Amino acid sequence: MKFKDYYQILGLERTATAAEIKSAYRKLAHKYHPDVSKDPAGEERFKEIAEAYATLKDPEKRAEYDQLGQRRPGENFEPPPDWQSQFHESGSAFDDVDLADLLAAMAAARHGRGRRAGEPLKRAGQDYEAKTEVSLEQVYAGAEVDVTLAVPEYDAQGLAHRVSRTFRVRVPKGLQDGQRLRLAGKGGAGIGGGKNGDLYIMMTLAPHPRYRVSGRDLYTDLPLAPWEAVLGGSVQVPTLGGTVELTVPPATMAGRRFRLARRGLPGTGGEHGDLYAVVRIEVPKTVDAEERKLFQQLAAHSRFNPRRPH
Amino acid sequence: MRIHADDPVWLNEAALCSFDDLVELSGLAPSELAMLVESGVLQPAQPEGEEAAGGSVFYASCIVQVRSARRLRDDFELDAAGLAVAVNLLGRIQELERQLQALTARQP
Repeated sequence: MKFKDYYQILGLERTATAAEIKSAYRKLAHKYHPDVSKDPAGEERFKEIAEAYATLKDPEKRAEYDQLGQRRPGENFEPPPDWQSQFHESGSAFDDVDLADLLAAMAAARHGRGRRAGEPLKRAGQDYEAKTEVSLEQVYAGAEVDVTLAVPEYDAQGLAHRVSRTFRVRVPKGLQDGQRLRLAGKGGAGIGGGKNGDLYIMMTLAPHPRYRVSGRDLYTDLPLAPWEAVLGGSVQVPTLGGTVELTVPPATMAGRRFRLARRGLPGTGGEHGDLYAVVRIEVPKTVDAEERKLFQQLAAHSRFNPRRPH
Repeated sequence: MRIHADDPVWLNEAALCSFDDLVELSGLAPSELAMLVESGVLQPAQPEGEEAAGGSVFYASCIVQVRSARRLRDDFELDAAGLAVAVNLLGRIQELERQLQALTARQP
């Protein structure tokens, strides 16, 4: 079992009062709560904060936790013998047990809510929440993704052991960024005839090096050389469905958008968004002597002045 | 072990659910949910061709909202009125973020 320093997580001294604990929790919750915060690490951080608060705000749990003394965070340790005997287990049986789960199971046992033989107990299973990132290629072509999460599995004493579970989920057609799915009954098992929990999965679109997403439409940059922009020509544009050839007309300005119909993301009903290729004119960073000469000739010859009102 | 998770339900506007579903799936009290509906934060759906009156029907996307509301209630100890304000503001932020993302995507 790994030690967690709940005082350190909340930024508190071990002598902190109940009011100080609450105030520290509030401050950190506003900063890291996943429904409120934009911090990408917020969710993990908030889990720790909530776990620390759940233990320290309860005087009985706090007293038990304090018995463990101060250790290094993450240090492996075995629960005290009298704790172990409560669960009729020993030593390594606690390896996959979370400290917070152990404190919760002890509190439940203390209040008679633990699972005891002969005592009917009906409890709905826990809901699981997971997040997964999918690529635009997966959304376009359709795919299955594996979502792995550590879920609690309760033993006969009501103690949760963390086990890794992998769910294979089909990426739904027409998936949009931040889309959530509910898989009824795929959460934790209900106890004593209680309903199984559900599994909620949030799918986000992974940032793509080439395409930007706007609803079902995609935007991509189309870099052109100055002479391509002036003379026009045929250029290759990569799309999610393979490269297509695009005819650039003469005198194409920067910022011009070419619409490649139905080359965007698929919708739910077989429709597709479009792909927009947005022209950007690039100039060579260095030119050789010959190129320089040609540009100088062009400069001398041309009467074009982009700063003169047309 | 790999578990095949079939038949997912999308929490969007394609599926509908009832008020009681929202109570069950969120863990909020019916009175708290009623407050969210009353204050207009949670909008009943009106599928085409159906009467507006009768039992309230909601889009499945509301499940996301009410579950978030439950977390906010528990983690910030919010009362029903505070909860309505928080959920309303969160919804507006999400909508603005969507618009911002769509606009940013169009920038070269």
